[in-house]
Amino acid sequence: MTAQLFLEQTLNGLQQGVMLFLLAAGLTLVFGIMHLINLAHGTLYMVGAYVAATVTKLSGSFTVGVLAALAAAGLVGAAIEMTALRKLYRRDHLDQVLATFGVILFFNELVKIVWGPQALFLSPPAALSGTVEIIPGVPYPAYRLFIIGVGLAVGLGLRYLIVNTRTGMLIRAGATHRDMVGALGVDIDRLFTVVFAIGAMLAGLAGAMAGPMLAVEVGMGEQILILTFVVIIIGGIGSVRGALAGALLVGLVDTYGRAFLPLAMRAALDPAAADSIGASISNVAIYLLMAAVLIWRPRGLFQAYGG
Amino acid sequence: MVTGGRKRIINMAGLALLLVLPLLAEAADSPFFVSVATRVLIYALAALSLDLILGYGGMVSFGHAAFVGLGAYVVAILAHHQTDGSFIPFLPGAWNGSTQALIQWPLAMVVGGLFALVIGALSLRTSGVYFIMITLAFAQMLYHFMVSLPTYGGQDGLSLWPRSELPLVDLNDDVSFYYVALVLLLLALVAVRRLIASPFGMVLRGAKQNEARLVSLGVPATRYKLTAFVIAGAIAGLAGALLANHTEFVGPGMMHWTRSGEILIMVILGGVGTLYGAIVGAATLLLLEEGLAGLTEHWMIFLGPFLVFVVLFARRGIYGWLAGREAGDD
Repeated sequence: MTAQLFLEQTLNGLQQGVMLFLLAAGLTLVFGIMHLINLAHGTLYMVGAYVAATVTKLSGSFTVGVLAALAAAGLVGAAIEMTALRKLYRRDHLDQVLATFGVILFFNELVKIVWGPQALFLSPPAALSGTVEIIPGVPYPAYRLFIIGVGLAVGLGLRYLIVNTRTGMLIRAGATHRDMVGALGVDIDRLFTVVFAIGAMLAGLAGAMAGPMLAVEVGMGEQILILTFVVIIIGGIGSVRGALAGALLVGLVDTYGRAFLPLAMRAALDPAAADSIGASISNVAIYLLMAAVLIWRPRGLFQAYGG
Repeated sequence: MVTGGRKRIINMAGLALLLVLPLLAEAADSPFFVSVATRVLIYALAALSLDLILGYGGMVSFGHAAFVGLGAYVVAILAHHQTDGSFIPFLPGAWNGSTQALIQWPLAMVVGGLFALVIGALSLRTSGVYFIMITLAFAQMLYHFMVSLPTYGGQDGLSLWPRSELPLVDLNDDVSFYYVALVLLLLALVAVRRLIASPFGMVLRGAKQNEARLVSLGVPATRYKLTAFVIAGAIAGLAGALLANHTEFVGPGMMHWTRSGEILIMVILGGVGTLYGAIVGAATLLLLEEGLAGLTEHWMIFLGPFLVFVVLFARRGIYGWLAGREAGDD
């Protein structure tokens, strides 16, 4: 194992972690404040990816595509919240799981009707399509560095929003003392819609940025949703800090597992068996990580404000 | 039983319908319907096992399809090694599988139960929303493991041929297979009903209502919940063994989390904590899918809002609505 390979894989892991963070932050905020499990969060990611891919192709500008994805995901999120999910906040989690599962089925089919069953492909914008030499002699795709940068910027922005603004104060207060905040004259319904729309836009942003790296297809949302669940279980449900830590941990463990486990196995087994068993184990590495964290800390690494 | 009149009438009518259904299908000249009904019975068995832990133990398991899939894989893997004569890897002795149902199916239950023991022991350290997500994640882990295991077909799965062999009964005959599935479903129903009425069931239901109180009374509630989880895993494994025989194919798709979602929906649709509701729910969802799929390719666009509607407005489920206040055993 060379230092160069290790550095590349670390950056890949960070990039995957940052994408997961964008999704996990929204999901964990919605749970922390509204006590709602939203399976349809991955749907917003899918909507973001499809809108970004289509608008980028039509307008020729990736920036316009991303902005359109943000707007679309935010609008769809607000619409789902106001029509269906609002009635579910005080129901038990079982009802929430089922209703949002229904929302997934609906949107997956709607996307199939609008865009057809074929996957869409998108190339990164021209300015970011090259590589950057991170240290001399080690080229790395600029687009992936861009994602890491965007993710970290969003993380800092979110921290500023939650810690330093009036909206953030209400979000924190709403998480711990929902009824008291309402009694003090804050429009709780609107606050909830705003939080939901923020989460939806983050998911849409992740979807838009995933477009140039993955196939944009129906089902992409559910694939990443489960990983996002693993992230927030590890991080502690409701905690944004936990979401960041969990996302980076999951991203790195997953990437290292895929890159190095088959190599490590080759030391002990013949190459074919090593690759096959290595691939199987690295596929489940993050779930093993989750189990280990749960044995150590059943409520995740970070406690949320509301507990 | 005087107060249970309405419930009893509905149950007897349902049982009578299930008993004569193959005859009706033959009379209506649509033998295909027997196969659809067998599928309903198999999923009803899986939903029944989920209702045991969900409706009576308060455990919202979102990974139940994993145990169904494991049971199915046990049957297919045993048959696979029997057919090509190879030995099953990682076993202490040399054994090249079996096609006998009396060996395959109990083994499917044992494997389902063992995995439920491990997954349950880890998941029951948590509760509430964590429990939902953790069971979901463990099921996905098994799904991804089977996808990436080329020995048993990976993504493509395994075909099962021939079906399991049972003494005196030919499972290749659809009507015989239907009655085998029906007998197993009824046996499971009686067993789970007795379990719930037993002292064990009382503790389980107590844990759902107020676990802290049970624990302070000195009852090891988690151990009871884990036992129920293992029983449910074993019954789901049996459902998987039947499902493998029904579809004559086993693939990782059986364990996918949307399958777990469907089994959950069956329980909710029929009515949580009613047991009979699991059968009604399985029949409703599968027949609805079948019917809508005949009308339009995009049937999910109707099924999705229907689910949201059921959750928002029909809280006791169909069986709860049919049988009224007597539906549950609580």
